[in-house]
Amino acid sequence: MRLALREVLTAFRRAPGLGFLSVFTIAFSLFAFGLFGLVAYNTRLALERLEERVEIRAYVTEGTEADAVAAAVGDIRAFPEVASVTYVTPEDALKKARTEMAEFQDVFEPEFLPASLEVRLRPGMRDPEKVKAVSNRLKGYSFVDDVRYGEEWVQKFYSVRRAATAAGIVLGIAFAFAAMIIIGSTIRTSVLARSREIGIMRLVGATDGFIRAPFLIDGLLKGLIGGVLAVALMWITRTALTATVFAFEFFPTPVLLLGILVGAVIGLLGSALSVGRQLKRV
Amino acid sequence: MSSGQPIVKFTSVTKSWQRGSGGLQKVSFAATKGEFVFLTGPSGAGKSTILKLCYMDELPNAGEVRVSGTSSLNATRVEISKLRRKLGIVFQDFRLLEDRTAWANVAFALEVTGTQPKAIPPRVQKVLERVGLGPKMQAMPSELSGGEQQRVAIARALVNDPFVLLADEPTGNLDDRASRAVFQLLREINASGTAVMMATHDLELVRASGFRSLELNKGALVFDSSEAPLPEREH
Repeated sequence: MRLALREVLTAFRRAPGLGFLSVFTIAFSLFAFGLFGLVAYNTRLALERLEERVEIRAYVTEGTEADAVAAAVGDIRAFPEVASVTYVTPEDALKKARTEMAEFQDVFEPEFLPASLEVRLRPGMRDPEKVKAVSNRLKGYSFVDDVRYGEEWVQKFYSVRRAATAAGIVLGIAFAFAAMIIIGSTIRTSVLARSREIGIMRLVGATDGFIRAPFLIDGLLKGLIGGVLAVALMWITRTALTATVFAFEFFPTPVLLLGILVGAVIGLLGSALSVGRQLKRV
Repeated sequence: MSSGQPIVKFTSVTKSWQRGSGGLQKVSFAATKGEFVFLTGPSGAGKSTILKLCYMDELPNAGEVRVSGTSSLNATRVEISKLRRKLGIVFQDFRLLEDRTAWANVAFALEVTGTQPKAIPPRVQKVLERVGLGPKMQAMPSELSGGEQQRVAIARALVNDPFVLLADEPTGNLDDRASRAVFQLLREINASGTAVMMATHDLELVRASGFRSLELNKGALVFDSSEAPLPEREH
């Protein structure tokens, strides 16, 4: 192990330019991938926030007894899709309308705003089919005059979400693949630069495992440092964007750690593949 | 055929490559412990191929190469690595690490084969003194003459106490004086009990030495000086 580490340091001292180039290539490849991930992550967060606004409003027929509505609210809360049910009286509706649309506050009259049930759904239960199913069940109550949930809006929202998810997966795989190819060829260059050494090691009887060790450590360290640098670059970019464009959320710590780990694994795998090929050649 | 227990044995060895050039055709011979064997013949005759087969950098297409109990028929990569620790290999182009001193080049062979760190300095010193490089242990290869660089390569080959030294035209890049000095060193190594197999073009050296020689031509073994009567030779 000590010899393997010494070989890594020797190789770095001998060609520091190549060492830095490898680290920076890994860092920038992961940075490009991470930047795309950051955009995808923020898009997802924005869509999740939008999704939370999916609600069903069941308008109550004028003159319905409050007891009948209260009994139904208990039933509706028991629906598996339902997170909460709020009874909105005409007075509450008026207050809300005047708050949300202050410029029209004189226009609203209490008699124009009927009482309603505001039904919010659980996360994962807000797709068009489930929203429609709950809406149909609500229509079954005799006191329900009308049910609205912005059918067209929900449909469009889910189409956009599906497209964003598909594009995220395809582009994410493409970015990851490109990063792996770039990192693999960078590491292969450093392995090729040491092909003479590998040849001599083999001639004097070093085992394949022994020959691989310094290269694997080298790849692992470069991947790890590249990963940390990529995270730093992403943080700088996100801070700059937040200051100039709009607030970007940064990855949570476990995702950052996973990103650094991915860098290390890519470095390790890239080295393993390159040195494996080189061992067959010399 | 030489007497004694063979340490290197070729049995009907055939080696060919897809590209078609070089190779060996049904070559059989054995070299015994402590023997000095020359491999001669024109370029492409198969001298280097025999040496590569000895350290199992190449494996035969047919026949068997057996070196100190390790057979080409079933040797694993780990067994081949272990075999090489008991062989010394020297090339015409020295194959030294240019960024390390003579001392570090020799020590490298011990380090990468897992020798205890404490045991390395005395062994390196001893072998460098043996090849006459005691005063130049800390010199870089670029500061050494060709003959001296070849001595470093020989020291590296000897540091693991091999039972056979395989030398592929070790004097090919050297002037006459340096060649004689390197050959004298190989004789001394052989006199101390290490077998030597040396590929060379220098027929004068072969004749003058009186050692056994195997002559190859187009991949076939056409003459073995240890056998009598002499077979008919093509050239």
